[in-house]
Amino acid sequence: MLKRSLAIITILIIGYWLAQSLAGVPFGEDKMLVGQYYLDHVKDQTGAVNAVTAIVVNYRGFDTLGEVTVLFIASTGVGALLWRKRKKRTAKTEGSVVLTTGSELLFPFVVLFGSYIFIHGHLTPGGGFPGGATIATAFLLLYMAFVSYEIPHKAFEKTEGLAGMGYVLVGLTGLAIGGYFLFDWIWQTWQWGTGNIGRLFSGGFIPIIYTLIGIKVGTELSGIIDNMLKEEVRE
Amino acid sequence: MNVPDISVYYFGAISLILIGLYAVLVKKNLLKMLVGLSIMETGVNLLLISVGYVSGKSAPILSEGIGPKGAVDPIPQALVLTAIVIGVATTAMALSAAIILYERYGTLNVEEIRRLRG
Repeated sequence: MLKRSLAIITILIIGYWLAQSLAGVPFGEDKMLVGQYYLDHVKDQTGAVNAVTAIVVNYRGFDTLGEVTVLFIASTGVGALLWRKRKKRTAKTEGSVVLTTGSELLFPFVVLFGSYIFIHGHLTPGGGFPGGATIATAFLLLYMAFVSYEIPHKAFEKTEGLAGMGYVLVGLTGLAIGGYFLFDWIWQTWQWGTGNIGRLFSGGFIPIIYTLIGIKVGTELSGIIDNMLKEEVRE
Repeated sequence: MNVPDISVYYFGAISLILIGLYAVLVKKNLLKMLVGLSIMETGVNLLLISVGYVSGKSAPILSEGIGPKGAVDPIPQALVLTAIVIGVATTAMALSAAIILYERYGTLNVEEIRRLRG
């Protein structure tokens, strides 16, 4: 009881302090400095109409590289923590026929929609991370519906590494052509797609990088699901 | 001590952060503490997003009718996109640590998990 009341008092003090400092930040007013520059120049500098994905991939591409690294380390860490010699799924009860048939039918649609999200990252809301998470959801669906489903490990882990390497290679190509890492060589040097901003074949290297990120995130999250759902078999 | 006049979004975000902090401080079950951490992350993300809001403007996807003057600040959204993924990654790591702890100790009570056991 004492512990709880002490915690509540501390939290109320912290909350009052946070609210006091946030009272100086007006809500709903225009506070943009760099943001306005990005909005004004996003179309002719990157070719994307979605300003958020242009910032994430193009203007602040290093953030995304770090983010992908964090996700990769998390997936490796989960694999290392849950490493066992013999692992098997421990689900014992079969799902109903409606569940298994339903998820079999839904699976291609979910994968298709996930691919749609990451391919159209420069035009519509979304991008690599939501698209990749959607694809991982499709694999989660299979894991939940079937007792014995398992992702094809060899193909998955190689695809994950190759997609990550592809991202770095695109950045290094920019270094070779334009002089700095993650330079948008497709847009700035080749001028490819400059005529049709707002259509699919535009946006410089944003769709390419987002496709790589989507594949990487999808396989990584599926691998995390796979590691967490398996247990050691004891004889 | 006057109550500061803040927007309902700021209030909600601060409340989420504090609820998560409370769960981390008080709860003894490890999974409940992890739920608290996730709630805290959500609160921080909501706070970041609401700082970037400009009233009356729409999402920063430039299309017909939405010019560069008609969109909200895109930078907090890009930051939150990063923060969400990092939150998911840390939660996955923490959950696998919780799985290991339960296998080693047979409990998730943080007061009973004391010594390192081989």
